[in-house]
Amino acid sequence: MVMSRAHHISQQFDKELEDIRSRVLAMGGLVEEHLAQVLESLSRPNLELAEYVAANDFKVNNMEVEIDAECTAILLRRQPAAGDLRLVLAISKVITDLERIGDETKKVARVVTNMINTGSPRSYYVGVLSMGHHVRRMLRAALDAFARMDSRAALAVAHEDPEVDKEMEAVMRQLITYMMEDPRCIRGVLDAILAVRAFERIGDHADNICENAIFMVEGKDVRHVALEQIEQELNRRHDDAQSH
Amino acid sequence: MRPNNRLNTEPDTAMSDTPLSLAQVVAETHPARAAEDAKNPRECLKIDNLSLFYGEKQALFNVSMSIPEKRVTAFIGPSGCGKSTLLRCCNRLNELIDGVRIEGAINLLGENIYAPGMDIANLRRRVGMVFQKPNPFPKSIYENVAYGLRIQGISNRRVLDRAVESALRGAALWDEVRDRVHESALGLSGGQQQRLVIARAIAIEPEVLLLDEPASALDPISTLKIEELIYELKANYTIVIVTHNMQQAARVSDYTAFMYMGNLVEVGETKTLFTTPRQKQTEDYITGRYG
Repeated sequence: MVMSRAHHISQQFDKELEDIRSRVLAMGGLVEEHLAQVLESLSRPNLELAEYVAANDFKVNNMEVEIDAECTAILLRRQPAAGDLRLVLAISKVITDLERIGDETKKVARVVTNMINTGSPRSYYVGVLSMGHHVRRMLRAALDAFARMDSRAALAVAHEDPEVDKEMEAVMRQLITYMMEDPRCIRGVLDAILAVRAFERIGDHADNICENAIFMVEGKDVRHVALEQIEQELNRRHDDAQSH
Repeated sequence: MRPNNRLNTEPDTAMSDTPLSLAQVVAETHPARAAEDAKNPRECLKIDNLSLFYGEKQALFNVSMSIPEKRVTAFIGPSGCGKSTLLRCCNRLNELIDGVRIEGAINLLGENIYAPGMDIANLRRRVGMVFQKPNPFPKSIYENVAYGLRIQGISNRRVLDRAVESALRGAALWDEVRDRVHESALGLSGGQQQRLVIARAIAIEPEVLLLDEPASALDPISTLKIEELIYELKANYTIVIVTHNMQQAARVSDYTAFMYMGNLVEVGETKTLFTTPRQKQTEDYITGRYG
């Protein structure tokens, strides 16, 4: 189901909601851009770009603080209800996830800086890079579903998270093999493992964003609920809506 | 302090704790039943396919809903949606208006209040009402509260004193007026007057309290006091409240019914209705959008 919204009697309220919504999307865009830049700096080693990302994470943090203050102001001034309340609550949670994604991205940027400075072999990072691209696509799709208020698309993205986890296990196995073969590479591989962990966490946060999108649209809290169950519930609601 | 202006109750009896409410007694003696009541409230009022016409104009269209006992049920909706009309149907107050015709039924604990032979005076004793503007009688605080009891033929001074104190305590007004109960009620502030009117309503121990925008003429502090009072009163009474203030409905009620143009659009638990309403009309109204 896609949520549509009529206008409020108070146009100022419309503006305020639209404002935080577009700011969240801008924040998501920035986080995604940083993630893309880190992946770029990893695939074609680029110290400058990695350092740039690490140095600019503060922008993401600032956006979180600003949007949070705006959410508080809306709760205070408007006492929103129903869909409006869920929008504000979802946004206030999504920005926390986005900020964490920013932190994880910064961690990867540090790993890349290390890799370049110590001259670690790039072969350690082949699987890591592919996993990074995977979570990046996932993040983009999650933000897209959130922006379009599309619970079906959000659910489709949530299906990706177990895939990322499987990918992580495969990459970890490979990295462990490297360490067993040659203990001298342990230091370098441990760095790669940090990056794997960071990407896995980014996948989890993207998953949270999807859950919040579903909550916002459907009014149903789907945290800690099996995907199949969510799917059934969404189908049931969809059928109900059609039969009315 | 003027001793001659105080109630002549004996401090060791009447000044002691107010008697236990029925709910408290049940909670102490039958914990299992109290828990059951808390989970599944009994039905107090059952509105069954109710339609109301003011002359040719139909104001209520086949409204059916159930109002649970010892809970607060709020009616919300835009002006003219029929929420006050529906409220007034619950104690047959609409019949005082010329040209009103009512179809359907309202059952109060299983008894149709529109059945022929219904004792309307007795019905209104069982279903008390408080209006938007406080309407104390131009009498003393004491006489306002004692009025209903006197009509019932109770004249024993001691019985009246106790009942007045108990009602004033129940309406959270006692501490503010205990030293001047024989002064005019019109000297009280608006918020105090409203609580006095509630005390007058509960003095005769009704089963249901109908509140028609009880706080809309009051300042924010008095409003909060009334809301707090509603919260306390629901331990003993079934409360139905009409309010224009949606936040107030969200704060005080357990169940909310949304009405629009004489129709009951949606009724449900307040926390559900205000976070995930089923009907788009409800969502549009509670979020302040054009319908």
